Amino acid sequence: MKMLKLANLGGWLSAINETQRVYLPIEAADQVNYGVWTPDSVVRLDALRTVKSAKDAFFPQVENMMNFKTEGKNVSVEMIDPKVENFVVLGVRACDAKSFEILDRVFLSDPYDPFYAARREHSTVVTLACGRPDENCFCVNFGIDPADPKGDATMWIVDDTIYLRASTEKGEALVKDLEDADTAPVEAQQAKTREICEKLPFGKLNLKGFDGDHLMEKFNNPKWAELSRACLGCGTCTFVCPTCQCYDIRDFDTGNGVQRYRCWDSCMYSDFTLMAHGTNRPTQVERFRQRFMHKLVYFPSNNEGMYSCVGCGRCLAKCPQNLNIVKVIKALGGDEA
Amino acid sequence: MPVNTEWKPKIVAFCCNWCSYAGADLAGSSRLAYPADVKIIRIPCSCRLNPLFILRAFQRGADGVILCGCHPGDCHYSTGNYYARRRMTLLFSMLNYLGIDSRRTRVEWVSAAEGAKFAATMNDFAKTITELGENVKLGDLRCKEN
Amino acid sequence: MQRELIERLNALIGEGVGKRVLGWKRGEFFYDTEPAILAADQLDELVYDSFCGPNLSKYLIQEMPKLGEGEKIIALIKPCDSYSFNQLCTEHRINKDKVYVIGVGCKGKIDVDKIRARGITGITGIDVDGDALTVHTLYGDEQVNRKEVLLNKCLSCKGKEHRVFDEQIGESEETSTGDDRFDMVKKLEAMSAEERFAFWRGELSKCIRCNACRNVCPACSCVKCVFDNPNTGVQNKAAADDFEENLFHIIRAFHVAGRCTDCGECSRVCPQGIPLHLLNRKFISDIDELYGEYQAGEEVGQRHPVINYTQGDCEPSIVHERGSNA
Repeated sequence: MKMLKLANLGGWLSAINETQRVYLPIEAADQVNYGVWTPDSVVRLDALRTVKSAKDAFFPQVENMMNFKTEGKNVSVEMIDPKVENFVVLGVRACDAKSFEILDRVFLSDPYDPFYAARREHSTVVTLACGRPDENCFCVNFGIDPADPKGDATMWIVDDTIYLRASTEKGEALVKDLEDADTAPVEAQQAKTREICEKLPFGKLNLKGFDGDHLMEKFNNPKWAELSRACLGCGTCTFVCPTCQCYDIRDFDTGNGVQRYRCWDSCMYSDFTLMAHGTNRPTQVERFRQRFMHKLVYFPSNNEGMYSCVGCGRCLAKCPQNLNIVKVIKALGGDEA
Repeated sequence: MPVNTEWKPKIVAFCCNWCSYAGADLAGSSRLAYPADVKIIRIPCSCRLNPLFILRAFQRGADGVILCGCHPGDCHYSTGNYYARRRMTLLFSMLNYLGIDSRRTRVEWVSAAEGAKFAATMNDFAKTITELGENVKLGDLRCKEN
Repeated sequence: MQRELIERLNALIGEGVGKRVLGWKRGEFFYDTEPAILAADQLDELVYDSFCGPNLSKYLIQEMPKLGEGEKIIALIKPCDSYSFNQLCTEHRINKDKVYVIGVGCKGKIDVDKIRARGITGITGIDVDGDALTVHTLYGDEQVNRKEVLLNKCLSCKGKEHRVFDEQIGESEETSTGDDRFDMVKKLEAMSAEERFAFWRGELSKCIRCNACRNVCPACSCVKCVFDNPNTGVQNKAAADDFEENLFHIIRAFHVAGRCTDCGECSRVCPQGIPLHLLNRKFISDIDELYGEYQAGEEVGQRHPVINYTQGDCEPSIVHERGSNA
């Protein structure tokens, strides 16, 4: 275990920044989001949740994939080489750290995604333990321990001190020059956090029946209509979600060529997976169902029971009309039907 | 031969079919000069100008956008230009509110008989835009490459 | 008031006034109420308290085709929502004959995010005693003054009058702070062009294009939005360039200019806290100044200033003449 005074954080970040960029929660225009550190940044490691999750570091909302250029009758295609320099993602909470495992299953399985893979390969993830879970946190349901998140290195902030533990060589490289520390304060904080986790209102959700064996029962459940009634069809839940990974590939005519780029897509939108014959999810009921079936049924049945929800609570906090995955789990979980 | 590398503004002029478009014709047949950087787009009435068109022109590299229509009271469809006048006032004010210089947008009423006014308007607008320089605030970087 | 309301609704359904009620239902916590359409046997789920902020008027659009001949839906409408209701009637998106409007009293709605912003987290319960709120959290109790945590839209309250109702239930209270609602617009207008540009870039660059502002807006009631239509050339799902951020927000505000009742839902729902109402209010303040004071939704059947004119209207050059390019 190593330690660093919170007051010296800037110095440490500055030292890391000499060789690699640091991506961490920064406050800008009153909101905390992940951003690239500069000496002027307002670092907000105390913010429990950033608005957008840490997935942007590996899977940005928009990225260019290839360019087409026309000259006379020739068309040339330029592939974008996903060359990435080493970077650090710092201050990742346990839920977001778990989301990387879920995204890996999607983007690193065959056919693997070279853009995502390059970023994952060149990144060092420094996680941050939670000391003060919120009432709408429910990561504990998915086997996540917010007091001991996984990563290349893990941080705990206790009073004015940051404690750090490296778990991999990459993590070791970041913390090796720091002072050694006693583990007692960290253990005390962990015990407190776990005690709070026991008391969380959504600490023990009943996920029974959310698996591939009950797919049709869940799919055909009449409660979907009621659950989705107030849904506006906006994409807030999908865009703040750390595990939503759907994207669209589109062409932009620049006037002197075409840029083919991809951008996040949302199953809540009416033109999601729109095909020549139209759409197979004609109303918001089907679109709403798709999102939760994907997270709670389709994904686990293809991935040895791993749910693609990490319980970060962002959709609970951000849905304009207060719809969310917990309401769905409570309405449909618990029974086998 | 020396190549003229001096920066020239790109100007889009939306012209009503019934007045200023003919006014541009008259300017041409009267041999009145106005800058070649003014690209005219004909519209059926000044009222047809959707604010999206103006923004799209800026996106794709325009440095200034001007709308020319019939004089108030002379609209071919009676009242189209009155509506256009309100809309453009509000849009220009909004662009200004976002920090975009309102001199990059303009509305002029030019009739089919006013070839000289058309040429003078375009000369003056081109001069203003040249002074303001390149539009960087409302451009799309993707359209700027090459 | 909630009990009284449920009793009255039961009586109305009993009398055959309508079969279903558009209102709010309880969520998982005391603060996350959800817009709902409830049948007679679901009325015990209905909630009406200080956390029923969402404007319900827009939900009536989708209910219209479901109503048979002579059938009505009962809708709970707050004073400020009644403006949106009227505006939608004006636009023929709602048929007043198919709605039985209960004007519910409102004394301002609480914004739980404002409580959170005070560092009060882990909120599990609340006790309301007049303006004194006792917030129960996982980490102990905290005291908050109700007036300090009202939704922003309540700070420019339109007053306690329902612009439309068949009957009224409950007392209302005006919660406006008394400040001019255009204060921030004026402050921005007084800035230099560069400062304004920097302000809006800072705000709009946070946009994640979730479209919540558009989808919640009672004035945004197009069946298919230009930004969702592949044939418009401006369809986009994410802003790939700063320009597209500007484009979306300018056009969104422009499309509702004259019809916007300043209900404040766009800013309430923005996950990134972008003050979108400042764009709408700029149009409102320009309309008031140039074409005469106008409040959308005040009456049914008004012709709004953007689809109207007078021969003596000012020229667009007034924008340059106001001299705010420096």
